[in-house]
Amino acid sequence: MASNLNAKVAELFNEPGCATNRSKSEGERKKGCAKRLTPGAAAGGCAFDGAKIALQPITDAVHLVHGPFACEGNSWDGRNVATSGPKTYRLGVTTDLSELDIVMGNGEKRLYRAIKDVVARYDPPAVFVYETCVPAMIGDDIDAVCRHAAEKLGTPCIPVHAPGFAGSKNLGNKLAGAALFDHVIGTVEPETTTPTDIVILGEYNLSGELWQIRPLLEQLGIRVLACITGDARYREIATAHRARVTMVSCSAALINVARKLEERWGIPYFEGSFYGISDTSTALRTLAKLLVERGASEGLLARTEALIAEEEARAWQRIAPYRPVLKDKRVILYTGGVKSWSIVSALQEAGMKIVATSVRKSTDEDKARIEALMEDPHMVGSVPAREMYAQLKRGEADILLSGGKTQFVALKAKVPWLDINQERHQAYAGYDGMVNLVAELAKSLSNPVWEDIRRPAPWEKGPAEAGEPAVTEA
Amino acid sequence: MARLVTPRKNASINPLKTSTPMGAALAYLGIDGAVPLFHGAQGCSSFALTLGVRHFKEDMPLQTTAIGEVETVLGGAENLEEALVNVAGRMKPKFIGVASTALIETRGEDFPADIVSILRRRHELDRTAVVFASTPDFSGALEDGWAKAVTAIIESLVVPGERRAKAGTQINILAGVHQTAGDIDALRDLAAAFGLRAVVLPDLSGSLDGHVNAEFSPATSGGTALEDIADLGEAVATIAIGEHMRPAAEALEGLTGVPSRVFATLTGLQPADELIAFLADISGREVPASIRRQRSQLVDAMLDCHFYLGGRKIALGADPDLLYSMSAFFAGLGAKIVAAVTTTSHSPLLVEVPAEEVVVGDLMDLEERAGEAGAGLIVTHSHGRQAAERLGLKHLRVGFPIFDRLGVQHRATVGYAGTRSFLYEVANMFLADIGEKTPEDFASSRVPEFQLQESDHAGATFAGH
Repeated sequence: MASNLNAKVAELFNEPGCATNRSKSEGERKKGCAKRLTPGAAAGGCAFDGAKIALQPITDAVHLVHGPFACEGNSWDGRNVATSGPKTYRLGVTTDLSELDIVMGNGEKRLYRAIKDVVARYDPPAVFVYETCVPAMIGDDIDAVCRHAAEKLGTPCIPVHAPGFAGSKNLGNKLAGAALFDHVIGTVEPETTTPTDIVILGEYNLSGELWQIRPLLEQLGIRVLACITGDARYREIATAHRARVTMVSCSAALINVARKLEERWGIPYFEGSFYGISDTSTALRTLAKLLVERGASEGLLARTEALIAEEEARAWQRIAPYRPVLKDKRVILYTGGVKSWSIVSALQEAGMKIVATSVRKSTDEDKARIEALMEDPHMVGSVPAREMYAQLKRGEADILLSGGKTQFVALKAKVPWLDINQERHQAYAGYDGMVNLVAELAKSLSNPVWEDIRRPAPWEKGPAEAGEPAVTEA
Repeated sequence: MARLVTPRKNASINPLKTSTPMGAALAYLGIDGAVPLFHGAQGCSSFALTLGVRHFKEDMPLQTTAIGEVETVLGGAENLEEALVNVAGRMKPKFIGVASTALIETRGEDFPADIVSILRRRHELDRTAVVFASTPDFSGALEDGWAKAVTAIIESLVVPGERRAKAGTQINILAGVHQTAGDIDALRDLAAAFGLRAVVLPDLSGSLDGHVNAEFSPATSGGTALEDIADLGEAVATIAIGEHMRPAAEALEGLTGVPSRVFATLTGLQPADELIAFLADISGREVPASIRRQRSQLVDAMLDCHFYLGGRKIALGADPDLLYSMSAFFAGLGAKIVAAVTTTSHSPLLVEVPAEEVVVGDLMDLEERAGEAGAGLIVTHSHGRQAAERLGLKHLRVGFPIFDRLGVQHRATVGYAGTRSFLYEVANMFLADIGEKTPEDFASSRVPEFQLQESDHAGATFAGH
């Protein structure tokens, strides 16, 4: 197997910027983050999946997947990341290796020709080339092919080493970040720079969430030099090294990039979130503070405070009307990481009760935040689908907030459900996003459909009762 | 007669294909109490699962042997064993269907022998039926994976020998991957109308039809029962739908002697006639009045709808059997198939498609040809939406996956009634924007151009080049 890949993975496991790593002993760190998966009891995406998630939002690039069919064929055009311009990223492009290619060792030649074809056809600013399991196993040298193609064709070709068997989706995110740092960032100088240029890491513009944030930053005069990688253009990312401050959002998956930006280019970073009202304010405040420390005008601080005061007041005011519908409604928050606490205050403000919040991927810091926020915090780990179903069926919650994987557990128990993870079609970032979330909750909980479908069928009751109004199980 | 064309390509852009193991997984999901298991890396099953859920809007079991870097070097037999035992212990399935993936097949191991040895040693698996199909991604597509899994099920689980002990009223239906739950329900009702009990394999109408159970079930709930599979030899006949089901039908006939008939398609008046004549023949019963009425309704629908379909230019992209079925349906109503793209070259039916050529390719091939030929409608699965958007065309969603429409598993296109409702759906798409005429519609500059294209095309057809 590529020693290159092993070295990369080992480096990521030693990442000093990662809070999980810091809390480990040296021996534990050596073992790495990758737990061996249990055959027959595994769930979740692979490293290739994670790498693609992290890089696909680069809208003007071609994303070429080198491997047999299924890796790209079963996954393309699947995520709801939005673009304000180019649509090249939506193409599903793969070398679709045949048995003959594999047996005859034609993979490298085929890959080179594929790169040539897509460059001729789309003239993209760059081609990202993803290595998958089979080419990694048979030893296709995609670094060499990319180097050769870039020279010959004059288009940057970026090798992304994240074959599925290397590990989890999260590891894939990090490997993608490593590819950006090694091959992209710092290769282009921006036309102009300003004292308020920032980089946002780990924001993918799902359902257009970046556009709930960008106007706030613009009002403050803060320029997003590069968002990695939401609604991104290749050249923007290539200029990211000229930013003044880096904000790492979304579960710190790209923390390795942030730390290296600091190490090589002296750009300070912080971890923040645009989910939740107070978190959005904290993020804006920290951004302003760090920018001023790096030479932006002091006035930014006051402008930020004014904007925060205005936006927070407006958000709370817009949430208030939903209180009657949401008051005392019981929520299970089944997500993890930052979201296990970042939306808690908005839900509580709307009058809801958090029955449980999951801390599956949360750090100790996340857990401390939960304890600070909630009077009687009920933190749970991973809940098997069967138990979750039983809990909902018993009526222990009025609504489940989770990702797509648990959607049907709730719906089949005839309990309202709201998607708050990556497949969602609603934008929940910033102040507007939280108001949107509360509105969605109210819409779901007040829908008469729940009462209707929980009513027993006519043949499940005596004839006298059959026509009576609904009796809910809860 | 169509010419089969395979363009030489280095990259597939916007794939039309769905992977071979995915086809096998769907077939396995049509068994009651089933858990499909991919022998491969975790991502292989994760992507397939996500895609399946996007299409059916249903949760489904799909497990993985979780091959990691070490196993790609040292071999995956231990993972396979551990996975089988874990799935049996945790999910208590009656049936585990194993499908191999490109990763593990590239390494190359003797999987059937591995399974035999595992089953001999691990008594935890004594009460679980385990079936294996070899389905590497680099060979074939959705239909091939489905067909291989069904053949493997038949070869492993059917009790051999003809045993027509019961009343002689059972009929087997080997459903193709392009049959929806709605199709299967319709076929079962048609068989019942002739006093026949249909055993459908695989039966997605039981497992993935969208239903709410009283209890939680980690394996499939509904689908073909294992006892019914064992007893397939009790039937008077087997109906197989689509050319890709021929090997499975032949395997079943070889094992049990039950005569089989392959129907290339069941959509359209003539195919429906053939089905009904067959059912009447094997049951020895008259065609019931209700079915006669359905035929009359279909004939009337064809009369009403042909105005809107005649002369329309259609671009089709689908797996071979669905492509043939759709092309025959559209051509039968006077539409012209101006582009036909399919996923594999295996099917002998492809040359029968009423088009000049059938291209083995991707959605970009379809998009380019649809654009050049001035198609008015693109007929393919949901991934065709990008092409339809760029060309400004209507998009009729058929096949797998359909992730941006609801209730697709209940759409039936078979028999008189299915054809009728499908025909109305199509005609309404054209009728929806028939609009009011404006003076520009009659501008002289446009008329000759339109006629020129038409005569060009007609000439090309007659020249037969």
